[in-house]
Amino acid sequence: MKPLSQAVRAVPPSGIRRFFDIAAQLEDCISLGVGEPDFVTPWHIREAAIWAIEKGFTTYTSNYGLFSLRQRIASHLKARYGLEYAPENEILVTVGVSEGLDIAMRALLNPGDEVIFFEPSYVSYPPCVMFAGGVPVPVPTDYRNGFQPDVEQVRRAITPRTKALLLCYPNNPTGTVASREVLHELVRLAVEHDLYLISDEIYDRLVYETEHTCVAALPGAAERTILLGGFSKSYAMTGWRIGYACAPAPVIEMMMKVHQYTMLCAPIAAQKAAEEALERGEPEVERMRREYDRRRRLIVKRLNEIGLECVPPQGAFYVFPSIRCTGLSSEEFTERLLWEERVAVVPGNVFGSSGEGHVRLSYATSLPKIEEALHRMERFVTRCRG
Amino acid sequence: MELETQRAILETLEQDARTSPEQIADMLGVDADQVRETIRQMEASGIIRRYKTVIDWDRFGEERVFAFIDVKVSPAREVGFDDVAERIYRFPQVHAVYLVSGDHDLRVIVSGRTMKEIAAFVAERLAPLDRVQATYTQFVLKRYKEDGEVYAETDTDRRLVVTP
Repeated sequence: MKPLSQAVRAVPPSGIRRFFDIAAQLEDCISLGVGEPDFVTPWHIREAAIWAIEKGFTTYTSNYGLFSLRQRIASHLKARYGLEYAPENEILVTVGVSEGLDIAMRALLNPGDEVIFFEPSYVSYPPCVMFAGGVPVPVPTDYRNGFQPDVEQVRRAITPRTKALLLCYPNNPTGTVASREVLHELVRLAVEHDLYLISDEIYDRLVYETEHTCVAALPGAAERTILLGGFSKSYAMTGWRIGYACAPAPVIEMMMKVHQYTMLCAPIAAQKAAEEALERGEPEVERMRREYDRRRRLIVKRLNEIGLECVPPQGAFYVFPSIRCTGLSSEEFTERLLWEERVAVVPGNVFGSSGEGHVRLSYATSLPKIEEALHRMERFVTRCRG
Repeated sequence: MELETQRAILETLEQDARTSPEQIADMLGVDADQVRETIRQMEASGIIRRYKTVIDWDRFGEERVFAFIDVKVSPAREVGFDDVAERIYRFPQVHAVYLVSGDHDLRVIVSGRTMKEIAAFVAERLAPLDRVQATYTQFVLKRYKEDGEVYAETDTDRRLVVTP
């Protein structure tokens, strides 16, 4: 047989797979390794989708997505962040932010174009850049300053081939919310070097003790920004696969071209559900956010007591504590914790080499489970240090 | 303590009365002694009436019969329906008594071990009361949800164990 695609082979396999396989076969395993809400989609949203299916909403939609949904997204973004996107040609409904990210890269990149992003980062970023023929350029961030992006490091990473800067705040896996000032400077840097900004803001509604800064709303940003957002995390709708991309019309047109020939459109029932979410979902968003916040405070305090130091994260539903006190590598820690105490976490190094020495814990898990998991982790850490 | 924090304490205890003051303090980012003191005050002032347990008696294997009884009452000068309501709610088998709008005046929820027991209660205690004109009894056939608790299903976590 002839060899398979080189471009795909060049991307390393997922680093999570091995731990997933172990965890899946263990009974009584508590998982803090899940990257999605533990809530089911609020009933009124599910009910609206059922109604839509009953009424026969079973067709394709416009390639851009239902116009009524795009209108709601536009007014939602205007109300929250003061953004002005035209529902006619500046908003594209995608199959989750995952698809938005993929087609953004394909719309922007020529072979060899570089995309700068911060590590530790969401696992899909480098592969998406590579599949589109680009070169991912990681810029590490440091635990000691709360994983805040460093503008000077970005400046040094810029080359004539740099095409775009990819941002993700609130961040997966660290939970970091970048300060408004730093984001502002990054926008200025992008303007100075004529870079596109791709801002993955899937966790925008999950921030604690602070306000979300929408990158596209910063001065000078809108004309060069692809804003990616969605419903998965804020409305607990991961399985519905609905997201959106907002950008200037010429960029959306390019993205739409890829979307049109590959995805055609996002599923209509899920689009109807998303409309309902925007229309009446606000109280549920706030209810879930408050619940995450309580768990966040508890988990941060307990981790620090155990000796797994962490800076309180201000967004998403992750904590990314240091495990250095155990003397173990991220993968050793994860594997031994799984076998010895049956708690699943994600080793920090799968999010890039600057994640080594950390693990990612998700607090999208019920409080009793979090407490039991922390209890087990305490036992484990004590053993490692003893 | 701020009103918002007090509300948060109440909501936490309403969900799970066994949440300790320390846990609540950690979750809300306040001092544990303060939480303890706030709870004590709210217990003393009757805002927190008491702590109960939600039990699925069916699962325990014990049968309990419930009935809604709508009662028509002729109101009296000075007291309206209050005195009749009081005479009814003093019976321990009465779970709830409401004054309601509509065709009837009082809605009473009664429990018993058998239908017969409830029938006897209605015939011997409720219906003969002065000013009770009529009763209308509906037995509960199946309980789906009560006080926010869904009894039919147990939640299963359908998520994959580890996801990015």
